[in-house]
Parts: sequence; structure tokens; C-alpha cells
Amino acid sequence: MNIEEIKKDFPIFKNTNITYLDNGATTQKPIQVINAINEFYEKYNANPHRGAYGLSIEATKYYENTRAKVAKFINAKHTEEIIFSKNATESLNLLAYSYGMDNLKKDEEIVLSIMEHHSNLVPWQKVAKTTGAKLNYMYINDKFEISNEEIEEKITKKTKIVGITHISNVLGTINDVKKIIKYAHKMGAIVIVDASQSIPHEKIDVQDLDADFLIFSGHKMLAPLGIGVLYGKRELLNKMTPFLMGGDMIEYVYEQDTTFAPLPNKFEAGTQNVEGVIGLGAAIDYIEQLGYDTIQQIEKEVVDYAIDELTKLDYLELYITPNRKNHSSVISFNIKGIHPHDVASILDSNGVCVRSGNHCAQPLMRYLGIDSTCRASFYFYNTKEDVDKLIEALNKAYNMFKKYINI
Amino acid sequence: MEDLTDVYNELIMEHSMNSYNKRKLDDATISEIGHNPNCGDEITLEIKLNGNIIEDLAFSGHGCAISQASTSIMIDTLKGKTIEEGREIIKTFIGMIKREITDEDELKKLEDAIAFKNVANMPARVKCALLAWHTIENMLNEKV
Repeated sequence: MNIEEIKKDFPIFKNTNITYLDNGATTQKPIQVINAINEFYEKYNANPHRGAYGLSIEATKYYENTRAKVAKFINAKHTEEIIFSKNATESLNLLAYSYGMDNLKKDEEIVLSIMEHHSNLVPWQKVAKTTGAKLNYMYINDKFEISNEEIEEKITKKTKIVGITHISNVLGTINDVKKIIKYAHKMGAIVIVDASQSIPHEKIDVQDLDADFLIFSGHKMLAPLGIGVLYGKRELLNKMTPFLMGGDMIEYVYEQDTTFAPLPNKFEAGTQNVEGVIGLGAAIDYIEQLGYDTIQQIEKEVVDYAIDELTKLDYLELYITPNRKNHSSVISFNIKGIHPHDVASILDSNGVCVRSGNHCAQPLMRYLGIDSTCRASFYFYNTKEDVDKLIEALNKAYNMFKKYINI
Repeated sequence: MEDLTDVYNELIMEHSMNSYNKRKLDDATISEIGHNPNCGDEITLEIKLNGNIIEDLAFSGHGCAISQASTSIMIDTLKGKTIEEGREIIKTFIGMIKREITDEDELKKLEDAIAFKNVANMPARVKCALLAWHTIENMLNEKV
């Protein structure tokens, strides 16, 4: 597959002259996704589930068909196990409030990894404080990985909820979630998998993983901003109380009481982001057409090249595991003695977009003993030329600063 | 693409990497921490007042070149000024970074701090340049 051909699907690369290496934050959108949204508004726009007229029924069909598409995409057993949300953060808040608050008792434990994004961390602090449960962390070793010993030490018989990111948005470490889930189940805990950084790059099979809940956002996998997904096992979702209350999530509403709609509507209050759902459907079509094998093949070649070239820069500190097979397509780094914001500004002035900061992972940064990093994150439309531009811009940054650096 | 050598110029680089203002005052009148939680930059600013005069200032902490240099050059600019003059300079600096004040004559009172003028063209870095200035503005308004 020719990457230059693939790049032509992305209008932003025709309209700008940037080297986009911030795919961990959000990906660019292919014309197929943009067109699908356009088509919805031009031909089918109505409020799903509301009207008895043809157009609303048509809109409902598109909305619900995408739910079935998402279910198939991640191999969920039942379509109603797919709940649409605003983003990964909202999916996780739903779980914290509708599952965590009701299922944790004093002195029971929530176990997270130290590499969780704030969205899979801050809500659990609230749950822990409210319920009296304890919040414990699985820490990483010097290879930026969670060891078996750490898993078995931290997940105990007291653990009721384990929250784990499939791939770290800072380190790119791929966690063995299948192993963690198996062990957690043995201990009697349920597991929430944050697949935000993995689903753009690799096939997710919720039944094979045996994940109890799995969440992701659409915009990191070619879909529009503002659409997220929560997958949950049907028996768990059925037992949970609704998160947001309002229209469309009810059966009968009386003056003092209400009965709630069955899944999935129980968790989808109010008019939904239909264009987001349609765009997500088109994004899934795009990924499936290209194929995860091709995506991984392209990314491996480019990311391997990036790691090789970045390793050659002796002024650079890299935060990646040496086990290449456990590493995805996110590379965090710092130029020794130069603050990442300054590096990112100089990169930006050379047309190279990277993220700098704490990447919504302050506890991880503190654990690593740093304030922030620069992060280059790749997707299948990135090329070796993009890597060359990054290296060239890094050399410029280093040369601008080197006579002032005192480490 | 923009040439950043006018932002990362000699003066700013020197102040950011080897500032003589990065020290502790033995007898500070007021001390305050300023931080940008989103980027982790954090400074502790100390002021020693002598009546109405800002007699001495110092800082400690860490952050990017722009926040560190801006703090150090601010200290040079405000040292020896009266509180009233200080407030006026702070207002002018913030106005320059926000592009509300562009008049060259008005900007002259900023002395070396005028070196940050081009940060106004870098929206992502405005808060770096303003960290120390907002912190001291707060100190002079609330604690004096």
C-alpha cells in the first residue's frame, strides 16, 4: 500500500503543509468520513427515535445500523452492549457513577495503573472518596512496563474494579490486558479497559479479551470529535442505574417516579450526536477497508525508523520500552536541558506538530520524576519523510539551545 | 513558518539558562508561588519591600525558557522601582503580550522586558511569558 495514495484521502494534507505527529491527541479525518457526515445532513437529517415520519425513521436506521457496526467491529456479543457517549471521558464517568458508586464498599479496592490518563483516574478518586474504597496503583518497572509480580501484588481479593489502559498515551507501552483481565477475574474483580490509544491501531475483540467494560473515543480513530463508545457486558449494564436522566432513556414518567428504557437507550439521554455516530461508522468502514494488518505494517516500518533515528541523537532522552513488541506508535522524548514546550515551539515553527506537556497523566510524570515530555505519535498516513522532518527540526532546536544548556 | 530566533534571542536565552536572579532572599517581605498546571511550570517569587520601594526580588522554580527568562528579566526591570511604577510596568507588559499596547513610546518603560514582544505572535506561549507577571501583579495588589 502506497502511503502517498492513502494521504490523498485526507484533505488537511492538501490544505496545509504540516508534518502531523499528534495522532495520540486526535487523528485527521479522511474525505470518506467528512462526506458521510455531509450526506447525513443533506439527505437524512432528523431526530432519531422521535418522529413517526419517514425521515426520522431513516435517521434512526442510520444511527442504529452504526451501533450494530460498532458491535461487530469489536466483536460484542449483543448490539445493545454498545452505548454511545460524548467521548472516552464521559464513558468512564458513566462507569464511575453508575457502576463504581453502587458496587464499592468501604475498604474494598480499585486498582489502576500509574499510566492511566486523568479520565480513568480522577473519576475513581471521587468514587473512592465517596464510598470509602481504597485506590491502589500498579507501577511500572524500569522498562516502562507492568510486571506480572506487580499485577499479582496489587490485584487482591479485596479488589472490585481494575482500570487499565490498553496502550499508554505517554509511553506507548502495550499492556497485556488479556492477562490482567484473567487474573482480575480470578480475584473476583471486573476490568475496565481504556482502548482509546489501541483501537486506532489494532483489532479489539471484547469477547476474546473477556473485558467487562471497554471504552474509546471516535476522534482518535478517524471519526469526528464528540463521539465516544462504552462497551459493557449486557448482564452488567442491565444491573446498572442510568447516568444521565432525560428524554429517550425512559419508559413511563409519572409526577414522582419513572421507569427506564431497556438497553441501550437507558444510557443515552437526550438527543444524541447522530453526525458523530454516522462519522464513526464511516471511520470503521475506512479502517476495515484498509485493514489492521496494513495499518500495523505501515506503522511498524515508520515507527521502527523513527526509533532508530531518534536513538542516534545522543542529546535526546527517550521514554519507551526496549521491548519493541510491547511498544505502539507513541514516542515520548526530551532534549536534555531544554524544556519540552520550547522544543515543541521550535518544532512548530518548522511545521512539525507534536504535543508537549504532561499528556493528562500527571501521576505518571511525577512517578517518572519529570514535569513533561514532547510526544510524537504516529498513524498510518505518516511517512519516513515525516520522521526526517522531525529529526531535522530537533537538530535545529538543539543547535539553537546548545550553547546555553547546562545540565 | 515563523523564525523563532527573535523570540529565543541571546538575552532571553541567557536569562533562562543562567539567571543570577535565581536565588533566595534572606529577608523577603512577600513570597508567592505561581504555576501553570497545564504545563507544570512553577515559580516561587520573593519580594523585599523598603517602604514604597521594591528593593529586591528573587525567584526559584522550574519551567520553559520563556517563563524562566520572563521571570528573571521582570526582576531586573522592577528592582528599585516604586510599587506604583511597578504596577504600571506590569500593566504595560501584560498589555504588550496581549497586543493591547503597541505604542513604542509606551513600551519603552519595559526596558529589557520588551524582548518578549514577539511572544504576542505565539498564542501557545503567552501564558509562559505572563506567569511571573500575573504572580507579582497578584502579590502587589493583594498583599501590599
